[in-house]
This record gives sequence, structure tokens and C-alpha cells, in this order.
Amino acid sequence: MTQTLSPSEPLADARPVVSLDHVTKRFPGVVANDRVSFDLWPGEVHVLLGENGAGKSTLVGMLSGLQLPDEGGVLVEGREVRIASPARALELGIGTVFQHSMLVPSLSVVDNMALGGSWWSRPDRDGVARKMAAVCADIGVTIDPHAKVGSLSLGEQQQVEIVRALMRGSRVLILDEATAMLTPKGADDLGALMGRLVKLGIAVVFITHKLNEALAFGHRITVLRLGRKVGEIAPERLAALGPAAATAEIVRLMFGTGATATEAVATTVRTRPNGAPVLEIEGLAVDDPSVPVAGIDLSVAPGEIVGLAGIDGNGQKQFAEALAGQRRLAAGRIRLGGETIERLDVGGRRQRGLRYVTDDRLGEGTVGSFPISLNLLLKQVGEAPFWRRGIEQPEAIADHARRLVSEFDVRTPGIETAIGKLSGGNIQKALLARELSGPTRAVIFAKPTYGLDVQNIRATRQRIREAADRGLAVILISTDLEEVLELSDRVAVMSRGHIVGVVDNDAGARNRVGELMSGVTA
Amino acid sequence: MSETTQIGGDALLARRSGAWRERLRLVAMALGPVLGAIVLSGLVLLALGVDPIAYYGYVVDRGLINPYGLQATLTRMGPLLLIAAGLIVAFRAGIWNLGGDGQFLLSAVIVAALGPLLVPYLPVWLVLLVGLAVGAMVGAVWSLLPALLKAYQGVNEIITTLMMTFLGVSFANVLVKLAFRDPATTVPQTRTLIVADRLPRLFDTTVSSGLIIGLVAIVAVHLLMTRTAFGLKLRIVGANPRAAVHAGLNVPLLTMATFALSAALAGLAGAVEIMGVQGNVRADWNPAYSLTVVPLVFLARFNGFASIAFVFLFSVLSIGGESAARRTGVPNFFTLVVVAILLIMLGITEYLDQRRRAAGK
Repeated sequence: MTQTLSPSEPLADARPVVSLDHVTKRFPGVVANDRVSFDLWPGEVHVLLGENGAGKSTLVGMLSGLQLPDEGGVLVEGREVRIASPARALELGIGTVFQHSMLVPSLSVVDNMALGGSWWSRPDRDGVARKMAAVCADIGVTIDPHAKVGSLSLGEQQQVEIVRALMRGSRVLILDEATAMLTPKGADDLGALMGRLVKLGIAVVFITHKLNEALAFGHRITVLRLGRKVGEIAPERLAALGPAAATAEIVRLMFGTGATATEAVATTVRTRPNGAPVLEIEGLAVDDPSVPVAGIDLSVAPGEIVGLAGIDGNGQKQFAEALAGQRRLAAGRIRLGGETIERLDVGGRRQRGLRYVTDDRLGEGTVGSFPISLNLLLKQVGEAPFWRRGIEQPEAIADHARRLVSEFDVRTPGIETAIGKLSGGNIQKALLARELSGPTRAVIFAKPTYGLDVQNIRATRQRIREAADRGLAVILISTDLEEVLELSDRVAVMSRGHIVGVVDNDAGARNRVGELMSGVTA
Repeated sequence: MSETTQIGGDALLARRSGAWRERLRLVAMALGPVLGAIVLSGLVLLALGVDPIAYYGYVVDRGLINPYGLQATLTRMGPLLLIAAGLIVAFRAGIWNLGGDGQFLLSAVIVAALGPLLVPYLPVWLVLLVGLAVGAMVGAVWSLLPALLKAYQGVNEIITTLMMTFLGVSFANVLVKLAFRDPATTVPQTRTLIVADRLPRLFDTTVSSGLIIGLVAIVAVHLLMTRTAFGLKLRIVGANPRAAVHAGLNVPLLTMATFALSAALAGLAGAVEIMGVQGNVRADWNPAYSLTVVPLVFLARFNGFASIAFVFLFSVLSIGGESAARRTGVPNFFTLVVVAILLIMLGITEYLDQRRRAAGK
């Protein structure tokens, strides 16, 4: 079961231990991984970098046996394998340490190690402790085998998981967002440990969205964006670039900046709106345990698109929900057409023309088991002419649905089809139909093209432009900088719950936004 | 499914035959488990040394064919339908109100105590109306605590409603034995509402008009849930609470309304049972109708009309089963065994259907 950890000669092998060969994985409505290829070499820390939703977790899932690819193959030592279960992954020598501890906190370290042994035999605690001591000595960590796991720090728990994976004979170690819960000191320790592991010939996959860690600990860096592999920096190149150039390169890959600048500028020949602002936000603050939002000032003129750029999870969601009325404001005012609306509920704000296109289309945007016709009226339940005195009017509801389905080109077998059965692109079209029809003054789009294919991305962006051309005030929240630059008149950058800067979208915007996002000028 | 891809008249024809096949499938899905349950229960009876044919014969005869039996069956349906209506409201709104028995029994005891008190002062029809209203209110009040805990604290209502049932049943007993006890009798029970003051009987039969109340209630609830804006709001909360928040629905308020409606119907069932059938409440009386109706409502997939059919079937089984039990020496509870086997059969049918559909894809 255990293999001895002898230092092998790294890089002498010309073959990767594990490769993913053009794997594709789809979930309802989303292509999570699109023909991603990924090679793991012994003796290397391979960093997998990307934002939330870039497809890192899916990739890890396919390596660790939680998910099977829809297309493409997985090769271990050059042989094609099918990793159908976590047990199979372990058998093949692929061990995974997940972000959240998979240990039983009330048991001792040894007992946790002995879990998964045969149920009929008494756990050989001394034997396990001896093996553990050997592995610990190999990789230079000290763990008390009889300590209760719950009493260890998160960093120590992670070491326990790493040791456990090695004791089971892993040659590949996947660390999924391993530093997310650690203190900076803990993260440095983990980095040093990874260095010692690869010296023993183990291949390490290190998943993170923190740039500095990627550069400090990684030998090879692969960047994922929106389910696609957008770039790989080989060890020689990484060494040659030096930290500053490498950072620039990675930012370019992660946020897609600098790629098609000319094309983007060509499409934004819209007349610059300069009327009195229709949507004004002053000092908006939201209490939130993970990302408190504070001091948001933003005003949007009719016909203006204000892009809200930033790395995912910096308070965009909280801001959008507070604006739409789904979340309580801690402070601040919101005015729509001069009228204060921050005390109104979702329905009241919607009635006055504020719309919110959520990014969580199946989670909150729709009721998957309900027909399209009702989902198109989800925010108008009880309103005339679809309901009279509270009684449903099937004709009016069906007419409304047919009109919107054809107007917004929703491809569906019928208006009575459960919306959850549609593709992601068509669900998004239905949501756009719901939010952009009727008397509207301001629209918030949250990651409107997330998870869509190219055609639907184009169609959605066209809808956003049309909305602005109709004179609506538009806030476009997106983590795709390319999209923000393509559509917006002004770009605000959000970081840690604050707006750290607003820039006009001119020739120099790309660089200034990039700087604001990576925190250079913060 | 594949038929719809054809073009023109063929497609129409194919769709029609597809629809027939679909309908046949639904009938098979409904009848298959029933037949299976009857056969399996028959095997259990055989193992007990009882002739299943004789047992089922008695059940059908006493529950369905014999006029008195049929009238008893129809009378039994009244409160069961009301309870089913209450459960449909709650389950469709995603709220598992399993406290119906407490709501039912407390309402029954209070209505039983109130009725004879009011009779000297009010006309009969007013006594009955007041009784029904009070019954519904008592039921609703008994759900207030779980409702508040669920709506504003997110406390699991399955636990709280079940606990309120334990409390409610005990409290009802205490009330019968200490507060409302009829001094004229030796066994602890409430004063009896005389037959002339009870809910009127239908025509020349012994069927209580509680049946009408039950039928009206369950049809009304079905229409409420499927045809009105309020019902749709409840279904949105039940199907996807986050979508309800996103759409701006007042989820806590809707939750409270669901509890109130569901428990009021359970309470109404208690009032109907007392003022239509029992006339009084004896100490330690607890028919536990609510928990018995839960599987029936599931079998009917929360559909009001299908629930009427299943409640009828169950009433036949339970009325017929009572006399069949006396004659064949099988315990009364065997009816529940049949219902339980039916539920398992239904689960298996559903599983097989899903596998078939997955394979057909």
C-alpha cells in the first residue's frame, strides 16, 4: 500500500505522470471545461490559476474521481484510464487534499489514517503511527500521531491530509485552494512543504486564485478562463520572465486583456450619454460576513453602461442584491429618477423600473420545474392582466409567453416546457425577456454571459447594448474584463467591497483598470 | 418523445398515439401498485393463516356494497378529505406540517366542550357554524409556534410540528379529564352533543354533511393551488425559496399563511368529526387520522382530485377492514399494512419508471 519515497531524478522522465487530453465537461446550461489539456510532470508544482467559475474545481473533480469527463481522455503513465471513483483515483496514485478538511475532528490523527481500512480488523494503530513517522521524516513535518484532529490548526490538518495521501501511495498530490483558509505564515509553510514534496519526485497540482502564491510556489502555471485553458507558462519561460513580467503575463491571461483591443474599440461607437443621472447610489453599505460592502457611490445616466469590473467575490453580488432589494442596506440611499427607493421592497423597485438580471439563473432566477410561461411572470405574480382578482388568466399568460419567446428568440419546444430543461443560453434569453420587457428605467446585469457559448454571448451583449440605446441606465457586473471594456462607457472597479476607482472607457482604460484590479495602485 | 420530431400530419398522428400511450402509462402507473399491494397483502394474510379472498370479500362487502357500510365509508371521508386538503396546501408550499393530529384533536376537544354549552342559547345552525369556525381557529393557533419558528428562524417544521402534536394530544387529554369532563358519566369524556344538534345528514341516509364540507374544501384547495396567484406564490416558495426571494415574495408571511391554512383545515376536520360523527370526545381517544392521510396525499402526488379517490379507497379499506378484522381475527391495523405496502409499491413503480425514462433517452 505504501511506497517508499525515494528521491527520483526529476525531469529525466520524458513522460508526464498524468495527462488530461482535451477533456470537456458539461453541466446543465454550462460548459465547465472546454477541451482542456493538462500535463503533470513529476517533480513539479503545477499551478492551476483562474477565477471562481473558471473550471478549476471541475478539472480537479475529474482527476480525483468525483466526475467523469464527457469527452476527452485521462492518461496515467501514458495509459488511458477511467477514474470513476475517488477510490480508483487513490489506486492510481492520485491523492487530493480538498479546501475543506476531510478529517473527522473528534478522532485522533492515527484513527483518521486508519479509516478506510477493512472494517473487520482492528486498526493497527502502532503500525500506522510508524508508517506515519517515516513519511513525516521524509517530507520534513512533525505531527503528533495521537493528537485529536480537532485540536490541530488548519495548517496542521492539511499536513495530516498530505501525509495520509502519501501513505496511500500517491505520486500525484492535488491541493485544491489549499491556502484559502490559511494564515500567510501557514501558506508559506505549505509552499515550503510543496518544495520538499517535488524534490521527492512527486507531482503537485496547486490550485489557487492568488497570483503571488502561484509565482512563489509554482514551477509551471496553467491559466483557466471560462472553462478554457488560455495559457500555460513552462518552467523555463517562468524563470526567464522574472516576477514582474510573469505577473503581467498572468494578468493578461486571467482577465483576457490586451488581446483584441482594436476590435473592441471599433464596436463602441455609441454616442456618449450625458443626461442627468437616472440611477444614483450614495454611500451604499451592506453587512455581510464574508465581504462587507461600504461606501459605494455610483450614478448612471440614461443610455449609459457602467461596467463594474473586479475579481469575483469582491462584493459585486452583495451590491447587486442590495440594489435590487433582496438584501437589507446597512446604510446609503438609492434614487431612481429622483425618487428615493431604498426603503421599497423588490416588487416596489421593479414597479418603478429597476430590473435585475441575476447570474444565478437556475438557483434563484427561475423555478426549474415550472413552465416557461410562468417563469416569464415570476416577478409579476398576481398582476393584471395575467391574474384578475387573483385568478389566473391562462390566455393572457400564454399570449405574453408566446410574444416574449419569439421576441427574444428563446428556442424551446413550447411555452409549457419546464424552463430547467432548456440550455443555459435559452434560460438566459428567457431571463432577459422577463427583465427587459415592460416599463424599464435601469437594469443591473450580473455576469450576463457567464457559462454561455459564443453565439449566446454575442446575442446577450447585443441585448445589453440595445437596452442602453433605448435610454436605460445599465450597470454591467462582469469578471470578464474584455466584456466590460467592449460594452461600457465608464468602468468602475470593485475590490474587497469597495469601488476602488472609476475610469472613462478610452484608449488607456485597459491598463488603468488592470492596475486597479491587480491592486497595483490601491 | 421521439415522435414529436416528425413533420406535418404524421407528427400530429404520432403525437396523438403518443398521448394515448402516455395516458395508458399513467393508468398503469396508478393501478399497478394498487394491484401489487393487494396481492402482497394477500400473501401476508396467507402467512397469518387467513383466507385473503374472504378478508377482501368482507372489506368490499362491508365497506362498499352494504348500504350501511358505504354510508359509513362516505361519512369517514369528510374529516379525512379536510386533513388531506390541509396537507396539500402545506406540502405544495414545501412545508411539512406533520402536526395535524395535535391540531385535529385539540380542535375536537374544544368544539366538543363548546357545542353543548352553546346549544341552550343559540339556534342549531349557528352552533354548528360557530363550532366549525372555532375548530379551524384552534387548529391554526396550535400551529402558530412552529410557523413563527420556521418563518423567522428557519427551524425545521417537521420536528416542531411533531412535538406540538405530542403536546397537543396530551393537552387534549388533560382538558377532557380535568376541565371539560361530563359529570354525568363515569368514564372521562366531554358532554355529548345530541344527534339532533349535529351536522345534518344527507337526504335519507346516515351520511354526514361533513362529506360535502370535505369535498368542497379539497376541490377549493386544488383550485387555489393551481389557478390563483396566491397558490402560485405558495408553490414558488415550495419549489425554490431563493427564487421566491429573488422575485420579491414575502416568504416569511407566505410561510405563516401556509401554516395557518393547513392547520385550520386540520382543525376543521376535528370539528366535523365531533359535530358530525362522534358527538363527544372520550379521554385517550386519538384516531391519528393526519399521519394516516400523509401517505395518501403522497400517493395522489398532491393532486386534490386524485386525493379524493385515494381517500375513498382508504375509507373503504378502513371501514370494511374493521368488520373484516372482527370476523377473521386480523387486527384492525391491517388496513395500515395495506397502505404501507401500497406506498412501497408506488415508490418502486416510480423508480422503475424513472429508470425506463433514463434508458429511453
